[in-house]
Amino acid sequence: MNTHIEPTDFVFDDLAEGAVTKAIARYPAGKQASAVMALLDIAQRQMERLTGSAWVPRVAMDAVAQRLGIAAVRVYEMATFYTMYNTKPVGKFHLQVCTTTPCWLRGSDEVVASCKKVSGIEDFGQTSADGLFTMTEVECLGGCVNAPILQINDDYYEDLDAARTEALLNGLKSGAPLPPAGSSIGRQASAPVTNQTALLNNTKPVE
Amino acid sequence: MAKVTVDGIEVEIANGSSVLQAAEAAGKEIPRFCYHERLSVAGNCRMCLVEIEKIPKPVASCGQPVADGMVIFTDTENVRKSRRGVMEFLLINHPLDCPICDQGGECDLQDEAVSYGRDTSRYEEGKRAVAQPDWGPLVKTTMTRCIHCTRCIRFSTEIAGVPELGATMRGESMQVGTYVEKALSSELSGNLIDLCPVGALTSKPYAYTARSWELRKTDSVDVLDAVGTNIRIDARGAEVLRILPRLNDDVNEEWLGDKSRFSVDGLKRRRLDRPWLRENGKLRAASWEEVFAAVTNKIKSTTPDRIGAIAGDLVDVESMLALKEMFTSLGSPNLDCRQDGAVFDASQRGFYLFNTSIAGIEEADALLIIGSNSRHEAPVLNARIRKRWLAGNFQAGLIGVAHDLTYATTHVGAGPDAIAALLDGTHPFAEVLKAAKKPMLILGAGALARPDGAAIHAAAWKLAAQFNMMNDDWHGFNVLHHAAARTGALDIGFLPGPEGKATAQMLGGGVDILWLLGADALDTQAIGADTFVIYQGHHGDAGAARADVILPGAAYTEKDGTYVNTEGRVQQGFIAVKPPGDAREDWRILRAISAYMGHALRYDTLQELRAHLVQTYPGFALTGELRRLAGTNLTAPAGDLAAVSSAPFQPVLQNYYQTDPISRASPTMAACVAAHYPTLAEAAE
Amino acid sequence: MLNDADRIYQNLYGQQDWQLSGARARGDWNATVEILARGRDAIIEEVKASGMRGRGGAGFPTGMKWSFMPKQSDGRPSYLVVNADESEPGTCKDRDIIRHEPHKLIEGCLIAGFAMGAHTAFIYIRGEYYNEAARLQAAIEEAYAAGLLGKNAAGSDWDFDLVLHRGAGAYICGEESALLESLEGKKGMPRMKPPFPAAMGLYGCPTTVNNVESIAGIPTVLRRGAAWFAALGRPKNTGTKIFCISGHVNRPCNVEEELGIPLKDLIEKHAGGVRGGWDNLQAVIPGGASMPILNKEMCETQLMDFDSLAAVRSGLGSGAIIVMDKSADVVKAIWRLSKFFKHESCGQCTPCREGTGWMMRMMDRIVQGKASMADIALMEQVTTQVAGHTICAFGDAAAWPIQGLMRAFRPLVEQRATDYKPPQPLAQAAE
Repeated sequence: MNTHIEPTDFVFDDLAEGAVTKAIARYPAGKQASAVMALLDIAQRQMERLTGSAWVPRVAMDAVAQRLGIAAVRVYEMATFYTMYNTKPVGKFHLQVCTTTPCWLRGSDEVVASCKKVSGIEDFGQTSADGLFTMTEVECLGGCVNAPILQINDDYYEDLDAARTEALLNGLKSGAPLPPAGSSIGRQASAPVTNQTALLNNTKPVE
Repeated sequence: MAKVTVDGIEVEIANGSSVLQAAEAAGKEIPRFCYHERLSVAGNCRMCLVEIEKIPKPVASCGQPVADGMVIFTDTENVRKSRRGVMEFLLINHPLDCPICDQGGECDLQDEAVSYGRDTSRYEEGKRAVAQPDWGPLVKTTMTRCIHCTRCIRFSTEIAGVPELGATMRGESMQVGTYVEKALSSELSGNLIDLCPVGALTSKPYAYTARSWELRKTDSVDVLDAVGTNIRIDARGAEVLRILPRLNDDVNEEWLGDKSRFSVDGLKRRRLDRPWLRENGKLRAASWEEVFAAVTNKIKSTTPDRIGAIAGDLVDVESMLALKEMFTSLGSPNLDCRQDGAVFDASQRGFYLFNTSIAGIEEADALLIIGSNSRHEAPVLNARIRKRWLAGNFQAGLIGVAHDLTYATTHVGAGPDAIAALLDGTHPFAEVLKAAKKPMLILGAGALARPDGAAIHAAAWKLAAQFNMMNDDWHGFNVLHHAAARTGALDIGFLPGPEGKATAQMLGGGVDILWLLGADALDTQAIGADTFVIYQGHHGDAGAARADVILPGAAYTEKDGTYVNTEGRVQQGFIAVKPPGDAREDWRILRAISAYMGHALRYDTLQELRAHLVQTYPGFALTGELRRLAGTNLTAPAGDLAAVSSAPFQPVLQNYYQTDPISRASPTMAACVAAHYPTLAEAAE
Repeated sequence: MLNDADRIYQNLYGQQDWQLSGARARGDWNATVEILARGRDAIIEEVKASGMRGRGGAGFPTGMKWSFMPKQSDGRPSYLVVNADESEPGTCKDRDIIRHEPHKLIEGCLIAGFAMGAHTAFIYIRGEYYNEAARLQAAIEEAYAAGLLGKNAAGSDWDFDLVLHRGAGAYICGEESALLESLEGKKGMPRMKPPFPAAMGLYGCPTTVNNVESIAGIPTVLRRGAAWFAALGRPKNTGTKIFCISGHVNRPCNVEEELGIPLKDLIEKHAGGVRGGWDNLQAVIPGGASMPILNKEMCETQLMDFDSLAAVRSGLGSGAIIVMDKSADVVKAIWRLSKFFKHESCGQCTPCREGTGWMMRMMDRIVQGKASMADIALMEQVTTQVAGHTICAFGDAAAWPIQGLMRAFRPLVEQRATDYKPPQPLAQAAE
């Protein structure tokens, strides 16, 4: 079983506190509970900033509850219902492999195999020995015409195959920063890879 | 009103009612697991599906509002098929452990399976495995049995106001629990056991004790606080095995406090099951004959003004009446029922009742609590306040220790100065009271059981009068007692007679003989060293320890008894089991001893005693019902307003779980103290 | 094929500037004040006349939905909520609108919000769309800075705020009442209806929830007129729609086309054809994961609109087309969807919580060839015990792919069972 150590306290730091204030202000007065998702995300990002691992320890859930004046158990419910809150530490690079049917049809099995090969992880939910990678099986990421997709932290890497996945992860392993998100074969977003059939007046991308 | 047809039966029902309610009005039974009259509607179990004309899919009747002209079918083949489907889903992950499940015999799932279950399972996949978290000493969890109806979550969030239960994770991994393992901290947690439709939440102390069909069920009244919660005592043989709430919308709805439910194991421990006599400083077992002789000799050799009696908190009216009349015949005016030392003007019922009534709380629109932690002193009544608060447009203020009462309160102040600040309008909460149409105040034991109690009583009355809390159709002045015996004792005047001594004067050598009728909450150290103490009661607690003679009495489960709750409602409990050993019903002991002394009381049976009670105090003729007082009599209680001190109010109870001889004898309550008040538990060791 | 000129989303592929300047060049925010000046009723009438049906999946007429909102406030505010929780497997159209045409969505919010008397709109975007959310937020801030949002939005005298709310990984939040729960800071557990959101939605106030594509299309519909929109597509299935073509095609892509376009045209003309040619086609899921699958025969002449797909007991859904060639294990593809639904069930109501896992496990055994004919029959029966018995449509969505598979590919499924010998009960084995 994967065990981990829960920290004993959590305080929003100045950077996070600014985001918290902004998040709460987005909702009508008295409806600050609406900000619970934002605050959990802020807490998770603070953990990533300070520890290199994006997760929400239990004390951070308590801090969110206290900040919003809601019962702690309501925050526990939220943090465990939504899959993007990590209730356990994750690696520096969180490999979120979509294996739902559209990605599976386009070869997500290969992506999974490449992730395992490079990271040494044996199965979903595990973190590599060097703490660099955690591999999670995720459901449809909503980028299906660019399948298969691997989400690393916040970014989608699209149109992957085994070789390109390996290259991507090997780069990360050797210390390279995350490359720009998007298609790994240079496709323009959701347009067909060649022979565009629509919007023919603007085939040149602007940047 | 909406006119709807249920299986061909036309019924009229209020708009906004649910289809399920309409079906019930038509006499049709609708199976349900998640739906509960007193909780918000969840609609999640899907067992209550019915068909409604013009709606293509089956509809959950609990959440569907009626509409005029609606045609409802509750028992079509389609409906039965739907329910059988739901039943099958509920059972696929439910263990087949009914033979070892304490819910067996009173399990909704088991009952409905008879109507809608299959004879064999078609489910061949693996069953869900779930951890069994520890929720503390009272509620046992077996979460593999959980059907996720969320009643427990809704109860803790809505009724108890202690939101510590939730459903974490999702889908088939969803788990009902606290997430972070902990003991439940609500004083009403035992109700989760009643609410759970399956065996997921059962009583931990009662585990594997009995089957429901083996139990003898007796209606009674709880005496561990002054709410008068209606209870059912379940006994087997000579032993009370459990206590459950009985439905009474006017008093406890269907709730029961944890102490009242779980102190049963205290009923068979530390019991006084034979008479005792102190000889050479040591108590020795004695016969009834011996103790009668000892008491009689002592009384005969003492002048009546040197004899006193104090009635305790759990005593029935009949026993107190017998004791009072025995003392009257002896010529002693030294009687008091206020072992906590509370002294205030009790010359009119309105001065000491919870006049608004418990159900009446729901009509109030503002509340001021003075010197009470109602959550501990009367958890069920406190839940009624929370219910009112949840309905909205209700503000509560609190003077005293700033407890979490499970609803929002404005902390007006810590002591009597805050009453003055409201009277002179300098505290803003005065505006709240002024604006309210039906304001009420609750004066707790913590405000009365102090030297300036009478003055505070008068000041509170003045406050009530000033803020229009009393008028032709509203009485907002309330005393919240904690002692179950108190209101009845005041009703029969178990108080010092002319020139009689109150509790304080009887202590410190004020009397030579002190008769403690179940009085264990006074400071026995303060009893004069030479005072001869007769303790009549059922537990070897503080009073018995100081006694020279012990007369073993009956606990409330062991006698027919009349109790008057804090509202002034006269209620009767019935004997569930016999008192242990040589112990006897208290009025009988008094009747016997009075005869021994040659002052025989005039009644030989309980019926005669009760007839005499009603004749003397006609208010006791009405049992169960409550005649609410109007606030028309504005005569103020006696009390010198100038005598009010500014000392802050103190809590009456050190902890919720151990407040009387029964709960102090209960290992379960000790476990609760250990779980919730670790420092108290350590100090006791 | 649809003319480029009739495409609403001129920057679907992000080949032009997404920012306000680029948007203005494409005609967005052009005299918005004049559209609003027509008044609430006129706008709703125009949308009704266009025949637009909701682009999220259910296909409810958009204008009619708006008309359910109270004309006069009873003191409660009204809210517009935009469903950008795009999570239906196969679907990735809103993503393109958000990242490449955010101003169409923002302008649509203002117009729709105005039409339903809302001064505040919330856009609920799925949490995984982190970069998309950042871009949309940037566009919202541009709009505020340009006076297009906020007090006197776009010079209309109408105060209008737009708030972006990020989800955090829950497909069920695409169900409108679950979305509202989530927006209120709770778990995404669908509410019982009634009450419907128009009576009691967000924070207990009148609310309309619309899909991104519905709202983003509104400004163009109002600029070019209901008649223009209604002339496209087929009767009762008017206008254009973004289709997402994924799976075994040569060139997967998104493309905006007329409703009613033949499925074959979409695949062959826009997506470069089925891998290995049309004859190599095995199956198509025509409307996102929850829509029943079609076999090749059904695909030959299938038109892509709400009513044509409903006629074959499938649905247009979100317009996501998942193509499978003959190399695909169709049974496994549907099992993977069952796994998806099991993973995404919120767990609130019994049939879905318990049924999705059961269905998935039986599908699993069928895929592995460890199921008998009786198991298949049981599974089919279980789908009927789920569908139609749940609080929300998720139960149906989880059951339909399996039911569709049985309708379109029964022999294939049963093939897996014919060779299977169920294990003998122990007692018998011992004899």
